[in-house]
Amino acid sequence: MVYARLALLGLVALVAAIAANWGRDLAYSVHAAIVMVIAGGLFLWELRNVDEPRLLPDQGAYMDGPIRAGVIATALWGVVGFLVGVFIAAQLAWPALNFDWSEGYANFGRLRPLHTSAVIFAFGGNALIATSLYVVQRTSAARLWGGNLAWFVFWGYQLFIVLAATGYLLGATQSKEYAEPEWYVDIWLTIVWVCYLAVFLGTIFKRREPHIYVANWFFLAFIVTVAMLHVVNNLSIPVSIWGSRSVQVFSGVQDAMTQWWYGHNAVGFFLTAGFLGMMYYFVPKQAGRPVYSYKLSIIHFWALIFLYIWAGPHHLHYTALPDWASTLGMVFSIILWMPSWGGMINGLMTLEGAWDKIRTDPIIRMFVASLAFYGMSTFEGPMMSIRAVNSLSHYTDWTIGHVHSGALGWNGLITFACLYYLTPKLWDRAGLYSLRAVNWHFWLATIGIVLYAASMWVTGIMEGLMWREVDAQGFLVNSFADTVSAKFPMYVVRMTGGLLFLAGALLMCWNLFMTVRAVPQRDAAQTQAMPAE
Amino acid sequence: METYSFLRQLADSWVLLALFTVFLGVIVWAFRPGSRPLHDDAARTVFRNDDAPRGAEGHSPTGEPK
Repeated sequence: MVYARLALLGLVALVAAIAANWGRDLAYSVHAAIVMVIAGGLFLWELRNVDEPRLLPDQGAYMDGPIRAGVIATALWGVVGFLVGVFIAAQLAWPALNFDWSEGYANFGRLRPLHTSAVIFAFGGNALIATSLYVVQRTSAARLWGGNLAWFVFWGYQLFIVLAATGYLLGATQSKEYAEPEWYVDIWLTIVWVCYLAVFLGTIFKRREPHIYVANWFFLAFIVTVAMLHVVNNLSIPVSIWGSRSVQVFSGVQDAMTQWWYGHNAVGFFLTAGFLGMMYYFVPKQAGRPVYSYKLSIIHFWALIFLYIWAGPHHLHYTALPDWASTLGMVFSIILWMPSWGGMINGLMTLEGAWDKIRTDPIIRMFVASLAFYGMSTFEGPMMSIRAVNSLSHYTDWTIGHVHSGALGWNGLITFACLYYLTPKLWDRAGLYSLRAVNWHFWLATIGIVLYAASMWVTGIMEGLMWREVDAQGFLVNSFADTVSAKFPMYVVRMTGGLLFLAGALLMCWNLFMTVRAVPQRDAAQTQAMPAE
Repeated sequence: METYSFLRQLADSWVLLALFTVFLGVIVWAFRPGSRPLHDDAARTVFRNDDAPRGAEGHSPTGEPK
């Protein structure tokens, strides 16, 4: 087994070295060099450990190593993603920040996919992997299946992120929104994702609880659906196996429809179903009360799964897509409002009888605010999917504001709350280092989101109205540049909001670091007298 | 009939009916008599087995620390 691994790693390093030399474009050669260095390093590490005795893991304990790593990765990638977001917001306000010397590497067009992928896939994805592996063990009462496969999932996913991010900066993109990575990165992610599914399902199969808890259903739907979306939307044929370029299999409106079937369900299953899995575990845990209605959670799950998959065509109103298809997308988007709010109500009502915790527990306050933002953006989304509203909102900053009230408010706040919950648990600490810092984080983030969303509503509706304004003769009144200059103040407000959100995340990183470093262990603290709250 | 028209008709008749029936079945199943104790027990899953897998040393079969 050891020798097979050595042979495989050596072979990968060799092929990667050849690929780095023969690469037809810079991004491909750089990626091949990265793979070569990693495979070579692993080869040496394996070689030095050939006859070393291996420590067998304790089967009577949960496997929390990859989850601890995932918590660190989530926090770090979050800061990177928010930082790039603030910078590109500044670039939009002050185009001079697209420096001449960085043209073709760090201009807005190259950094924008870096920001979206960093926050969705690096920050959100790591949060999902870490929390799902934590939750599936606790609710199955079983250690993770597959031994070190969970470590492969963690590191394989980080490699995917690094390849995707460096690829964007060097110009390797298949220009599909939220699916920009080129063919070989897609294949790698598929391998990692199948292993993730195996670890998750394997743990469920060997569970010691009779019931599969509802959070695991949401996580499983997220893993399975993302696999399906990813494979279908990335059907492409490479021009050469020594280059990053590829040609899509679909073309024209079929390609557009496939892309937005993928794109909207990336929101629906990655950013919604998966994060609802977090909600169904961590909100009851932090509140100390079981979920409000388990029956509602079952109906919530099936309604969400049945409806979300059809909503994609609302991204393609007034295009070559047939009217019946975009109407179908619109109708399903509006019906989707029901399960979304059903889930939100289920989460909020879990606090029934413990509402005072919103006042006393800043982590609960974060969960509640994230559910409130979830409710707001799942009301706004169906409204914007209506064709008449979409004719005003589409292509404007309103869309950006909508996405960010969901992403920063719902996904961001619930992830922060989960990190605050997980860190003392995973490192066996008595509690967080500073609850006051959590409180500060909450307000920095919330005010940041409000500034962001409000400025984007104003600028989005303003530019939509300016674009459609005609004079008495029927001529358009405004040029595109007029709308751009009118938006300047709102762009500055938006960047300020982003800056506050980033400041909150940095405060969280410091707080989590100090929790691990300076807070005494859980058992040690229990022997001391604890003050009553 | 061409493939597109066939699939289109199948999708908005029988398949739509089948999916809707499954969904109604789920609701009926969730509200079936006798499901409440099972659901109450499932909802309390999160409060068990917090520190170690069930059956591990030092823990009772119910997962509560000894």
